[in-house]
Amino acid sequence: MNRVMITGNGAAAWGARLAKADYVPAFPITPQTEIIENIAAWIDKREMDARMVTLESEHSMITAAGAAAATGVRVFTATSSQGLLYGMEMMYTVAGWRAPFVLTNVSRALAAPISLEPDHNDIMAARDCGFLQIHCATCQEVVDNTLIAYRLAEDHRVRLPVIVNLDGFYLSFTREPVVLPEQDLAAQFVGKYDSENIRFRASAPSSQAVAVLGGSPYSYFRYETHLASLEALSVYEEAVDEFAKTFGRDYPAVESYRCDDARFVFVMLGCFATKAKDAVDQLRETGLPIGLVRPRLFRPFPAQTLKEALVGKQAVAVIDQNISMGKGGVLHAELASALYGQENTPSILASFIGGLGGRDISAEEFYHIASILQDAVKNNETPKTQLLYTEQELRGIRKLQAIAQVEQHELGNQR
Amino acid sequence: MTEQIITRMKELPSTHLLGTGTPMCSGCGGLEALHQIYDILGENTVFTNAAGCMTLLSVYPFTPFRGSWLYTSMASAPAGAQGIRDALDILLEKKRIPPEEDLQVVTLTGDGSAYGMGLSATSGTIDRNLDYLYICYDNEGYGNTGQQASAATPHTALTSTSKSSRGYPGYKKDLFAIWTANKPAYVATVVGSEPLDLAKKIQKAKGIKGPRMIIALSPCPTGWDFDPQYSADIGKLAVKTGIWPLKEYEDGKLVHTRVPHERQPVEEYLKLQGRFKHLFEPQRDNAAITEIQARIDSYWNNVTGKQ
Repeated sequence: MNRVMITGNGAAAWGARLAKADYVPAFPITPQTEIIENIAAWIDKREMDARMVTLESEHSMITAAGAAAATGVRVFTATSSQGLLYGMEMMYTVAGWRAPFVLTNVSRALAAPISLEPDHNDIMAARDCGFLQIHCATCQEVVDNTLIAYRLAEDHRVRLPVIVNLDGFYLSFTREPVVLPEQDLAAQFVGKYDSENIRFRASAPSSQAVAVLGGSPYSYFRYETHLASLEALSVYEEAVDEFAKTFGRDYPAVESYRCDDARFVFVMLGCFATKAKDAVDQLRETGLPIGLVRPRLFRPFPAQTLKEALVGKQAVAVIDQNISMGKGGVLHAELASALYGQENTPSILASFIGGLGGRDISAEEFYHIASILQDAVKNNETPKTQLLYTEQELRGIRKLQAIAQVEQHELGNQR
Repeated sequence: MTEQIITRMKELPSTHLLGTGTPMCSGCGGLEALHQIYDILGENTVFTNAAGCMTLLSVYPFTPFRGSWLYTSMASAPAGAQGIRDALDILLEKKRIPPEEDLQVVTLTGDGSAYGMGLSATSGTIDRNLDYLYICYDNEGYGNTGQQASAATPHTALTSTSKSSRGYPGYKKDLFAIWTANKPAYVATVVGSEPLDLAKKIQKAKGIKGPRMIIALSPCPTGWDFDPQYSADIGKLAVKTGIWPLKEYEDGKLVHTRVPHERQPVEEYLKLQGRFKHLFEPQRDNAAITEIQARIDSYWNNVTGKQ
């Protein structure tokens, strides 16, 4: 067994290498850059038989990725944050091409204000574009789910690009022990990319991504993409079953932790869920029946599985590391739509926003959230969305503002 | 198959590979050029297209192309060429396709993309020495949206965003110079009304590897406001007046393939087009016409060494 200590970025690069990606269009951006640096080094040392091309923008990078996948090679690419948004026009476009490839997004907060640190607003912005989304919480998941992502993307029932998401810094730069899948087994699991009719060849001319006139053909192709995405739910199940049989690691679409007898549940995406797990363990010590539910698959949205995981629970706290201005947490809204009108669903579905721009979510905050859930059950009233922020933090920002005001005053006097 | 080098009009191909019945406007100078270009490039081509008039050539489920086509976006058609070229190279190197399955990769965009939004992606392909042919049909404005002024719009032209009597205040950007400054494999200007010159250049470009650019002046009846029957005449006058110099850049050298001796006055070209009508009516704008003529004279004096 090949056990190594690697970062989340290292794990993503290994995923591309083990999947035998042929082509890596790239563009550097923090915190993703280490992925393409690793791949570039492997290509230089002839340890990876791929071609890497650095484009001049993510917009071009995603175009090249889609065009190469549409020509019939296996493509891997990666980005973060502003890069994902800069390429967003093409995210929608290449998903519409039904060009299967894998893009690792290393989640990072969005400007303004500009920040290098992580949250999930970038990946949530890609929610509706047609890419499938797998969210990872550990470095092991990153490498394994990159292989699973290729299976999913290239399956003829799906044929859609897939984002494998990992949190910047907390996961991208954290070394964890990772079991690297054996190369031959990994290649066998992923299989050969048979692009079938998705290709450009002299003997078989084809027109791809042509214009349509009118809403009827447009709607048809858009619906097809949606239905293919829904189809990916069962294709994912097949892929992870086979993965578990081959490699012994299981990745259900929704991870449930200590939920069987739980009355209270945290719901989170990504690696901060490991903090929530720790809080669950601590709260269980105090006798509180609480668990954690973490969707791995976010697109397609595993609504049925989530409903089954939450049926019979009393209160749920959705902790979103994103903020939809004027609405609140995106996962909260999505979960509410999955649960509404169903039998025996939790009467309390509370929303918390935290962990924006690299801000931590402390154990105390998880305990605080748990106590709010208990009060809500007692009062039978869903609390308003809470924006997690401590008094100490507020004092900190007041100090920064005071400095800014003093400086402005001083400089103002000089003019 | 070795192709015969075209030297005379009689040797121009008469294959008419590009299908008819497209939704382009009658008298479209861009389509006129594309017909000729496609006859020489042939069907073993894949076009990457950016948003523009010619996006409407391929509307599901119809296409006038015998070869392949990929619509990308307004800004990234050259990056689409990069992805396809790289993928074909990988497939050839790894022997997953035989050499006869290879394709010539061609980018087809209007001036809005080539002179503006797509310039970053274009520039990147030159840095990377991408083996592709870029064809810009230049109708000097955002034609598909109703001829708003673009970076390719000539000085004083009326457009739907420059309707005052002074017309467009800017000057046409020199895309040819932007390309040649970076020493690509080949750059040429053409116009559909000069088919022999066009054919020679496309044939030459086809045989060269690396980034290659063809800028085709595309007289545009709807955008330039003239009767479609004058499209070829206007193209010819663009050359005879010297406002559209036919030239090519190869191996670091610039050659003018047609030097119009006894250049006709530019007003012969301008007065046929509604977009310049305000230079002649209700009264003649001598200052503007003189300025346009002076710029052309200065250009050619530099070329011929006259001061």
